[in-house]
This record gives sequence, structure tokens and C-alpha cells, in this order.
Amino acid sequence: MTLSPLETAAAKTPAPLAKRIRGLSDRTIAWIFVAPTIFLLLAVNIFPLIWTIRLSFTNFRVNRPNNDVEWVGLRNYERILSDPDVWSTMQATAHFLIWTITLQVLIGFALAFLINKKFKGNDMWTTIIVFPMMLSPAVVGNFWTFLYQPQIGLFNYVIAFFTGADPASFSMIGDVHLAPWAIVIADTWMWTPFVMLICLAGLRSIPDSIYEAAECDRASKWRQFWTITIPMALPFLMLAVLFRGIENFKMFDLVVQLTGGGPGNTTTLTSIDLKREAFEKWRTGYSSAYAVILFVTVFGLASIYVKALNKVKER
Amino acid sequence: MSFSVTEPSKGTKWLAGVLVIGYACITLVPLLWIIATGFKSPTDSIAYPPIVVFEPTLEGYVNLFTERTRATPDMLEAAGEPQTWYDEIVRERGTVISGPSRYGERFLNSVIIGFGSTFLCMVLGTMAAYAFSRFKVPLKDDLLFFILSTRMMPPIAVAIPIFLMFRNLGLNDTHLGMILLYTAVNLSLSVWLLKGFIDEIPIEYEEAALIDGYTRFQAFYKVVLPQAATGIASTAIFCLIFAWNEYAFAVLLTSGTAQTAPPFIPTIIGTSGKDWPAVAAGATIFLVPVMVFTILLRKHLLRGITFGAVRK
Repeated sequence: MTLSPLETAAAKTPAPLAKRIRGLSDRTIAWIFVAPTIFLLLAVNIFPLIWTIRLSFTNFRVNRPNNDVEWVGLRNYERILSDPDVWSTMQATAHFLIWTITLQVLIGFALAFLINKKFKGNDMWTTIIVFPMMLSPAVVGNFWTFLYQPQIGLFNYVIAFFTGADPASFSMIGDVHLAPWAIVIADTWMWTPFVMLICLAGLRSIPDSIYEAAECDRASKWRQFWTITIPMALPFLMLAVLFRGIENFKMFDLVVQLTGGGPGNTTTLTSIDLKREAFEKWRTGYSSAYAVILFVTVFGLASIYVKALNKVKER
Repeated sequence: MSFSVTEPSKGTKWLAGVLVIGYACITLVPLLWIIATGFKSPTDSIAYPPIVVFEPTLEGYVNLFTERTRATPDMLEAAGEPQTWYDEIVRERGTVISGPSRYGERFLNSVIIGFGSTFLCMVLGTMAAYAFSRFKVPLKDDLLFFILSTRMMPPIAVAIPIFLMFRNLGLNDTHLGMILLYTAVNLSLSVWLLKGFIDEIPIEYEEAALIDGYTRFQAFYKVVLPQAATGIASTAIFCLIFAWNEYAFAVLLTSGTAQTAPPFIPTIIGTSGKDWPAVAAGATIFLVPVMVFTILLRKHLLRGITFGAVRK
């Protein structure tokens, strides 16, 4: 058995002296260092989670604390899963998720690919492109409502300028068909840089020697792209999709400021619906069950996805 | 320069540069529009077609920081000559300043809660990260995964019991409550990031210090902390940006005393309809610090946004 210099020194030191030098044992220090973090997380995350699960089996309402709390078993869950409104919010969330991820991956990857051509000043432009994603989503969402104003909004003006339509004739956030796209556009504007940064890291991790070897074998650029670039950047792309997926499944601030879930229920994503149930209708038991369903969904999907990601990494 | 088959040709570089810069310019338009609108007069801000060249005014900023009341011509005359430049701006609209607005308070709340939670988070996070990096902690991987998984919960889902818990503890709408909450939310990020940074510091330094008679604590704050300074600083900025930008918890758990700026800015309204220059001014003051931080962080950006999963 080989000892590290530390252990050799420790072994040579007389026991009483060693105790004075080292003070507390490593094990004690480890616990002192980790305990506050674990305690805070238990108090602010796990304890509330357990409380939510407990509440989800009751008919408790925060605004009526004097009512008797009854155990209702699985009734809340049954009601949620058989509620067509819940399913329509799930559909709105799915539409939002699928399109934001598709657009962000396509544009983000393309940008990373171009930046990786190492033109002059690419670092500076990368930093500029990153700005939107660091900003407060609520403030950004609020301001996008200004850009989307019919007639006076810049977005409408630009679209009208290029298509010749009347800028007052359409309202991105007031129209049932356009509103789901309005939130997709704003989110894509904000989060494409995120996917771009991760893809860029992926592209930069591919060693030049592989391309040199491919060049020697006279593989075309097109072929190199599909057989080297894409497979080697795939784990990074999948990681970007994972992060965006989790974040957008939880999406609340940007959309609630942009459309408030309207018009009708067309942009009511699950988090917005949950907020209404919990903090406007005050159906605490019901919304607790809703929260548990959401958490199980995110956690389940993410675990399956991480397994797939690890498989791709191993290849 | 030696010839390389993998080096893109001049034409390719030029084309790539044009496309990327084109995208960057388009993506900057909404941001520049926010900043520009802050300096427009209310009429200019809603002009059609949208105007790019305008006479800059600080009216938006004055409206942001003040409450105003409409005054009759007699009242204006009785008030005498405007004393300051901002008095002059509001007088032109036939109004007088009746007091400061809430924006200053809300901004200060953002600063207190942002810095408070970041500080607490760094203290706890550095200690936990050091322990995870250097010691054999039982169930280490499970604990680390547990810490990460706390970030997956939708904020609204945990907000219900936190709302109840805070109400019982008297923490609703208090700075302390928000600081504790944001610290807990940010701990996952800071532990994961800091563990990565501390892992990179060679363990030999500490071993040398221990042999020289330092205790573990001394080795920790005299050797490890200075070495990890860059990592701690960039992690701190990430935590600060999160706390600064957070909206969902802020809007649900605060209403008066401890409300931060993000829930407040969208509620700014003028005397007649939405006062967009004031909103834009509020947004500008709020967003620009984050842009500065982004420039400072550019080397560690990737690590921060991926919880240390991608290190480059």
C-alpha cells in the first residue's frame, strides 16, 4: 500500500501532537461543512415536497383555514387526469416545448458551426449574442408585449414592412392562432444562445486530427459533417435539449408576462394553470396533486433521457 | 503559417463572419429598442411608423422615479418657477411631483436580497463543495444528485407549501425569507460549480500546508480559498444573476416590503395608458448591470449555465 506524503507525515508524528495539529477529525469537518447545505435544502425543498404530497390527498383550501380538512384519497388525481382543460394546457406546453427546442437547436447549432470557423472577432460577437439569455425573463416578456403591439409595435412594423400586410391588422398576443407562436418566438430569441454555447463547446472538443485523417481518406466535406461533426457533437446537443426541456417545462415568468396565458387558454402552460389553481382559485389540495403530477413527469422524463444520453456518450 | 487542411478558407471565414454578425445585429434590436425607448418622449415611443431618430429626453427616467399629480394652471403658477431640471420636465406636462415612486425601494430590495442570498450561498456552497471534493462523505453521489434534483422542481409547485410555511413562520414578504429561499434555490448550482473548481486545485498544496502544521480549517481558508478565488467569484455572479432575475417566487411570496424589481417593473403605468418610456427606463437600469456581468463572466459562462457539466 502506498501512502501519500500527508499520510507518511501523519504516521511519523507522535499521537498527541498529531491530534493538536489536525484539530477536528476530517470526518467531523466534512459533516460540519455539508450539514448546513443539506439542512437548508431539506427545509426549503424536501419538507415542502412532502407537505405537498400530503396536501394532495386532502381538500384543504388556504383561504378557508377553518373548514374541516378531509382526506379525499386519490380523488384530486382522478379529477386532474380526467379534466379536458388540463389536457389542453398539456397540449399548449407540448407545442411550446417542441417548437422552441426545434428552433433553438437548429439556429443554435448553425450559429455554433459558423462561429467555429474562427473568423476574426468571433469571441466578441459570441458574447454579444449571449446577452438575451442572461436577462430577467419577466422584464423581457413584459417588453416583448410592447414589440408585439399592433400598429405601434416594432415587430409588427418589421413583419408588415417585409410582407406588405397592414401592421394594425394582426395582433401577435391577441390572436388565438398567433399567440402560441408569439411565445415561441420570444423564447427562441432569448434562449438560442444557450444551445449555441453548448454546441460550440461540443464542436471545439472534436480534435483536428480526425478531420485531417478524413481529408487524407478523401472524404467530402459533406460526409465529414455527417460522419464526424454530428455524431461527435451529439452528446452536447442532447445535453442542451435536456436543459432546455426541463427549463421550458417549468416555464412561467416569460409567458405569464407576455400573454398571461391568453387569449382564451391558448398559451396557458401547465405552470400558469397551476398558479391559477393554487393562488387565484386557492384550491390547495387540488393544485398540490397537480404539482406532484408535474414533478413526477419532469423527473421521469429527465431520468429516461439521461439514460439515453449516457448511452450516446458511451458509444 | 503552415498549411492546414482543417483551417477554413478565407472565403468560408468571411461568409461565416457575415452570417453571425447579421444574427447578432438582429438579436440586439429588441435590446437596443428597450434602451432607446427609455429616452423617448411618450408620444415618440408610440409613434407610427416607429422612429429611430428622436430628440432624447430623460422624461421616462423622471417618471420612473417620481409620482406626479395633474395640476391646474393656477396651481402651477402658485408653485413658482421650477427648481430643478426634473421639475421642469414634469411641469411641461402640466403636472407636479408629489413624491418619489416605489421603484427606488424595489431596486434596493433586489440589491439587498440578491447580495444577501449570494453571500450566504457562497459561504454554505464553498464549505459543502470543499467537503464533497476532498473528503469521503457517505452517500456522496446520492447527496450530490439530490442537491441537483432540487433544481428540477417547477417553482410554482414548491411555492404552495413554502407560502404556507413562510406564513406560519412570519417570513412572508420579508427580506430574510427571500434571502433564505434564493440561497436554497442557488445552492445546487453553487455546490456543483464550486466542486468542479476545487477539484482542479492540486491536493498537494493542502498536503504541504498540513505538514507545515496548518489545521484543516487553516488549510481551507489560507490555501484553498485564495486558489479558488476566480471560481468563487464567477459562481457568485451566477447566483447573483439568478436572484436578480427571479420572478415566480417574488411575485407569489412578496407584495410590499420585500418585493423585488422584476414583479414591479411590469406594473408601472402612467397617467394615461401605459407609460412605455418609464417601463423601458426601469428595464434598462435593471438589465444593464447583468450585461456588464455577462462580459466579465464570458470565460466561465458555459460552465455556469450547464452546472459544470461542460467545462470546455
